[in-house]
Amino acid sequence: MKVSMTCLTKAAAMIVSLALPFAQAASAAEPLSAIGKGEGALNIVAWEGYAQDDWVKPFEAKTGCKVNRKYAGSSDEMVALMRSGGGGQYDLVSASGDATLRLIYGHNVQPINIALIPAWTNFIPALQGPSFNTVKGVHYGVSYEWGPNTLLYNTQKVTPVPTSWSVIYDEANKGKITVPDNPIQIADAALYLSKTDPSLGITDPYELTQPQMDAVVTLLKKQRPLIRKYWALASDEIDLFRNGDVTLGAAWPYQTNTLQAAKVPVADTLPTEGVTGWADTWMVSAKSPHPNCAYEWINYVTTPYVQAQQAIYFGETPANTLACAEMDKQQAGSCKQYHADAGASYFDQIHFWKTPLKACGNGQSNCLDYGAWQRAWQEIKG
Amino acid sequence: MRFDLAKTLLWASVIVILLFLFVPVAIIMVYAFSASNIQGWPIQSFSLQWFARTFADDEVRAALFLSVEVAVVATALAMLMGLLAALAVYRLRGPGSEAIAFAVVLPIALPGILTGMALNSYFVLWGINLSFWTIVIGHGTFCTVIVYNNVIARLRRLPPSWAEASGDLGAGPWRTFRLITLPMLGSALGAGALLAFALSFDEVIVTTFTAGAQTTLPLWIFGAIRLGQHLPEVNVVVCVVILLTILPVLLAQRLMGRAALLHK
Amino acid sequence: MPASASLSGLLWRRPAWRVAALISLPAIWFVLFYLAALAAMFVSSFHTVDELSGQIQPGWTLDNFRQLLGDWTYGRIALRTVGIAAAVTLTDGLLAWPFAYVMARYAGPRLRPALMALVMLPLWSSYLARVYAWRLILAHDGALNWLLHGLGLPAASIGYSNWAMWIVFTYLWLPFMILPLFAALERIPPSLLEASSDLGAAGWRTFRRVIVPLAMPGLVAGSIFTFSLTLGDYITPLLVGGPGSDFIGNVVYSNVGVSNNIPFAAAFAVLPLLVMAGYLLIARKLGAFDAL
Repeated sequence: MKVSMTCLTKAAAMIVSLALPFAQAASAAEPLSAIGKGEGALNIVAWEGYAQDDWVKPFEAKTGCKVNRKYAGSSDEMVALMRSGGGGQYDLVSASGDATLRLIYGHNVQPINIALIPAWTNFIPALQGPSFNTVKGVHYGVSYEWGPNTLLYNTQKVTPVPTSWSVIYDEANKGKITVPDNPIQIADAALYLSKTDPSLGITDPYELTQPQMDAVVTLLKKQRPLIRKYWALASDEIDLFRNGDVTLGAAWPYQTNTLQAAKVPVADTLPTEGVTGWADTWMVSAKSPHPNCAYEWINYVTTPYVQAQQAIYFGETPANTLACAEMDKQQAGSCKQYHADAGASYFDQIHFWKTPLKACGNGQSNCLDYGAWQRAWQEIKG
Repeated sequence: MRFDLAKTLLWASVIVILLFLFVPVAIIMVYAFSASNIQGWPIQSFSLQWFARTFADDEVRAALFLSVEVAVVATALAMLMGLLAALAVYRLRGPGSEAIAFAVVLPIALPGILTGMALNSYFVLWGINLSFWTIVIGHGTFCTVIVYNNVIARLRRLPPSWAEASGDLGAGPWRTFRLITLPMLGSALGAGALLAFALSFDEVIVTTFTAGAQTTLPLWIFGAIRLGQHLPEVNVVVCVVILLTILPVLLAQRLMGRAALLHK
Repeated sequence: MPASASLSGLLWRRPAWRVAALISLPAIWFVLFYLAALAAMFVSSFHTVDELSGQIQPGWTLDNFRQLLGDWTYGRIALRTVGIAAAVTLTDGLLAWPFAYVMARYAGPRLRPALMALVMLPLWSSYLARVYAWRLILAHDGALNWLLHGLGLPAASIGYSNWAMWIVFTYLWLPFMILPLFAALERIPPSLLEASSDLGAAGWRTFRRVIVPLAMPGLVAGSIFTFSLTLGDYITPLLVGGPGSDFIGNVVYSNVGVSNNIPFAAAFAVLPLLVMAGYLLIARKLGAFDAL
């Protein structure tokens, strides 16, 4: 069997022609006008701790929508999953404020008919139409819960109780520190620098110019040899604390709650420099195969009862103001503990995650966009 | 005397290597009985609760069934295509044959992440939604090469005179194949299929890139690890899978060992 | 069945046609679902991505490659990946020898299949669960330090480091080295070894002059697996690596699965493609393809 040269060329040409793209139009979906019969299944992308059996099982029993969960540990991962395979794999995502706009402008999510979400009228005003999920008056999602990124520490090994983020940049704690493996972590360092080095002029930790970014990168590169591990999965940090590998870390309240439940001596605190945080939104995929189940889910998880379950489980604050009483019913004092009664002043203290853009808030356009943040992060962790 | 010392040392290293291979497996099995959902050493208290929970967990069951389905379909495809490819490449002569023999092993010689991301971007390009079948496509390719390798290795060691004799005795090619070639290839095909099944069943990297919302068992395990809430369920599942496979694997090895002896 | 009989007769008379008929199905599959996908990946490495919408911008640009070459970070990651892959391959090559040798030479007809099954068995216990088990072993308060403490030895601090990755990779891929090496050793006729010792060669010399050269194809075949599997992994670095443990796979994965920058990932993936292509060409010279 002789293979001639022309034959090979032809074969190669054929293979390349298979590899050439053809355009694919994105469809603009109209919001649902009424919730119809459930489709029997629901594929969701959620943060760890956002789809617990405690409320997934009752939801399945009530609506007949079988929930298929996929966990993601960063906003980037959520965006990638919602876009994977051209979209249409997943129905819902619990996107944080730094992912929502990317999903909206990428046409990956559909507008929401807010009239179909009765709990919405009871949301705190700041979350009824926040700029990160509502564009030109069109709602692209329904707010869910929000909370701060905390400083987690081992209560037996770390004394006195830390009050500043400086402990995670301190040579004395070498090899005992863990921070998230996530470019948005740059904002935490920027927030710290905005207080410790005012001359840099950092006003918003998500709006960094090149010289400001250089200073942050220098700080984080100096931090690298002190790090035991950059945690990528929530369980990484849980294991690191449980097995004595680290005593300090940047964390979510989820890790604190899970570790405390397992009787590991840890506590978390909000350092004086301030904290970053998240405000999450349930968004429906533009190509959602099960939109009715998606709406059913949003309605179910925004009820005061589930809002309270979620808040207590993860250690965060519900969007629905009616959840406060329900929280105290489920766990005495939890409404106050998780700030469900605190209102606007506490909300304003948290520097919520948002997507870094070229345009700074002050009208200038010399800030670094998220692509630059990702590259800087790769450079930092090496 | 000196030779015996060498032999003793060799046997000792075999034991050490077996320990190296099996200590982690033993640890997995022991943690299935841990009471706590967060794993630390040593285990504080023991319990059977995770067995009950795992058997009641319908997500685990669905993931297990999906993995078996994928592995069965991928292995069946691989047996057919691997056999065909081996028979053809074995007969190939000439300048093209070397290149083809080289190209065919690429799917197992190149890292899975290449296959995975190549397929992923390829499916996106064509607007193909990720599904059960895209997983099967990803697995089928490397499984085919596994089967192919086993079969072609056997073919190269078979005396061609057998098939010729059959032809001389008037048997057609199909009959020769059915009565002579296939039985002689049987155990190689079986060994290839077993390995292909095992690799497909436990594949993570290619699957991560080719699965959509489908959750195979390894993907479920990865989810459980990242969530960190019900880790011992992972240990229970692995225990059960080992117990279910240990007998077939042992049996297959014995049968193949016997077949190999017969051929000598 | 006259039609099928005549078809089969035709195939019998024309051997080339018969080969073509056999190979058509696997060949179509291979071209459609493998080569074309690799080509698509290669083509997309010249594209770029719009950062906000995530849409791929077709076109021909070397930006991705320029960025890779312009930033030493990626060079370090590539060197780390290839270096650890080489270290793992060497270690597995050394560890596999005594095991494969005993299996091929000393184990009886009952023990041999048992040893074989034992080598295969870890392949049936989830890869992920085994990596995770190593995390428990190597952690600060893990099984290893517990044992060392019991023996009165100082604690080892190798959890979440490149050392941990080296150990875990060596562990994971050892069966893939043992099996082809065993197959190669098994094929050496005992008469050849007897002849060598009859001619007065001592045990070591027979080993070096006769056994090693004959086992070489098997060893190289095994090394293709250990090298390639390490080269493309990203989960082990994720689970047991420390700071500064990213592999090429981690960058590729995070660009596909996290930042959705397929063109950049594709550009970086070209590197392992080239490394493996070179490795395979050398391996073929050493006759490893008959031993795969």
